[in-house]
Amino acid sequence: MPEAEPPTQAVPAVSAYEGAEPETVAPTEVFPLHPPEPGSASPSLDEVFDHAPTAGTTRGAGSGHGRPIIELVDVRKVYSAGSLSVEALRGVSLSIEEGEFVAVIGPSGSGKSTLMHILGCLDVPTSGSFHLSGQDVSHMSETELAHIRNQRIGFVFQGFHLLPSMAAWRNVELPLSYAAVSRAERRERAIAALRRVGLGERIEHRPGELSGGQQQRVAVARALVTDPDVVLADEPTGNLDTASTEEILGLFSDLHRAGRTVVLITHEPEVAAVASRVIRVRDGQVTEAPPRELSLV
Amino acid sequence: MSWLETFRTGVQAIMSHRLRSALTMLGILIGIAAVILTVGLGEGASAQVSSEIQSLGTNLLTVTPGSSTSTGGVRGGLGSATSLTAADATALANKKDCPDVAAVAPVSSRSTVLVAGATNWTTSVSGSTPGWLTVHSRSLLEGNFFTQDDIVKANPVMVLGATTAVELFGSRDPIGQSVSVGTETYTVEGVLNSIGSSSTSGTSQDDLAIVPISTFQQQLAFGLTRTSVSSIVIQATSKNTLSAAYQEVQDELLALHGATSPLAANFTITTQTQALSTATSVDHTLTILLAGIAAISLLVGGIGVMNIMLVSVTERVREIGLRKALGATPSIIRRQFMVEASVLGLAGGLIGVLLGLGGAIGLPHLISNPIVISPSAAVAAIVVSLAIGLGFGVYPASRAARMAPIDALRSE
Repeated sequence: MPEAEPPTQAVPAVSAYEGAEPETVAPTEVFPLHPPEPGSASPSLDEVFDHAPTAGTTRGAGSGHGRPIIELVDVRKVYSAGSLSVEALRGVSLSIEEGEFVAVIGPSGSGKSTLMHILGCLDVPTSGSFHLSGQDVSHMSETELAHIRNQRIGFVFQGFHLLPSMAAWRNVELPLSYAAVSRAERRERAIAALRRVGLGERIEHRPGELSGGQQQRVAVARALVTDPDVVLADEPTGNLDTASTEEILGLFSDLHRAGRTVVLITHEPEVAAVASRVIRVRDGQVTEAPPRELSLV
Repeated sequence: MSWLETFRTGVQAIMSHRLRSALTMLGILIGIAAVILTVGLGEGASAQVSSEIQSLGTNLLTVTPGSSTSTGGVRGGLGSATSLTAADATALANKKDCPDVAAVAPVSSRSTVLVAGATNWTTSVSGSTPGWLTVHSRSLLEGNFFTQDDIVKANPVMVLGATTAVELFGSRDPIGQSVSVGTETYTVEGVLNSIGSSSTSGTSQDDLAIVPISTFQQQLAFGLTRTSVSSIVIQATSKNTLSAAYQEVQDELLALHGATSPLAANFTITTQTQALSTATSVDHTLTILLAGIAAISLLVGGIGVMNIMLVSVTERVREIGLRKALGATPSIIRRQFMVEASVLGLAGGLIGVLLGLGGAIGLPHLISNPIVISPSAAVAAIVVSLAIGLGFGVYPASRAARMAPIDALRSE
């Protein structure tokens, strides 16, 4: 795509909360922290992108706030085909708090993808429990999981997964159309999300008319448009060149600074290095790794 | 996701695969057009037959001697009995007893040879009354029909059908000429207008000769039939009084023949409606047969829809996976594919109906048969095409709905 990419100044708005208050210790609340509010009023545009805190909590960039968004306890996943069964996850316990920027790193075949599928509610664990925003999702039906994915998770995939026949804003509004949001509001929110990722001038472009980096930014806008609890990015830079990779990783860092919970799945240490916390997956088990040790991975 | 939006998405998906969608629709389209045309042809044939039957005379009742039972048994030999007489006809023409009867024509016929000079011609000679002209809705080309006076005096006068006149006299004017039947000689009084041949009986209605009923009975009839008539044709005053006239004729004849109940009647009254239903039932059978063949082609079209939808599901695994990841429930996915299939079916049906209508306008110029398009058939065709889309869309749609999101996403 010969078209020049716009400057990556992208992110104009900075969260009002950013750095405004010192990090506070979260009050010792009892789980579930806040019951899901699927029917709650649609958030304002500011809220959508800067993820306003729920009443009673304060937040800042950096690390979590003690409110677990993701809670895995002894999660196992066994794939069986006939007599052959493979244990992809062997008792994973993991907690990710609101506002954290976590990288999940591991070589292929480590169970990283399986973990991502379970975190994304695309699959359910064979055993163990998974609470997402305090809600037990480990035994939900396919339809319930679809609603959870729609309302709580924003996906960014390696292959962008944009529908080629639709303009950028139509791709971005797609998750909202499954959430019974009115057409006018959907368009408004989709365009705002595209502006947020620096593509305000390309709302009518089709994916084929955009560069790889731009396409992935459309995908990020799509992940943000529903104001999800967690943005789940699966190898988001796997198909991108160095410049675009930096651009997208910068975008995730911005989201993190604005208070978003971001989980980044990757096999590249330099990509994982942008996260504030790194979880290593190997042979179906997880270990925490401080970012500075990543070079050894 | 609202239905309208699902519909929009479906149309979008169809439009993004134009050629494939068009080919899929083609199957349904041809089937529907074939159904429309075959049903139209059948209806056209029926309409033709009924218009012919109606042209024979409207609001008609025909009384024939003898009676048949509903079980198929025949009492007294239907048509062969001699229970009807010219006196019956006279009684039925009585306005006081039968106020709803407009005209009465007793008819007796036999096939015989007419001779005019050196020419002879075999045709059907009927004896009747001036009412014949009225009940059969016929008119004269030239000359006059015989009168009541001719009947009273049993005059040897004759009215010829157009074909008969030409066969006997060629280009000569037949009026006033003589025609011999056996030893008797008749004077030609008039010639009937031509109305063409009947497609139901296959016989020409222009090849006949009419003489006064009294003359026929005296000179042409044999044996028992000398006093009897082979049928009495009665015209009711209007279509609406047909059943009243039926009742009056039946009561009058029962009284005249001394019968106490309709079951004991020695005559049968048939209406044009009955004649019509007999004649059109053949056409209906044919229509059903043709429509059946067309329906099979529709079935094939439906299988085509299913096939394409299955291909579409396989091909769009990634899209299905993405939509599911973004929050589409299985029922939304199912609905989306169902809508796509039914839009394909419906569009095929609509275009098929248009094509059928076009064919109905164009084809009669190439073939002689008329095509009558019934709106109900067109509506039914559209409903059927929609149903085909839905019916054959169920399986592919369920497959798409059941697809696991990770399997769908994984396929690159």
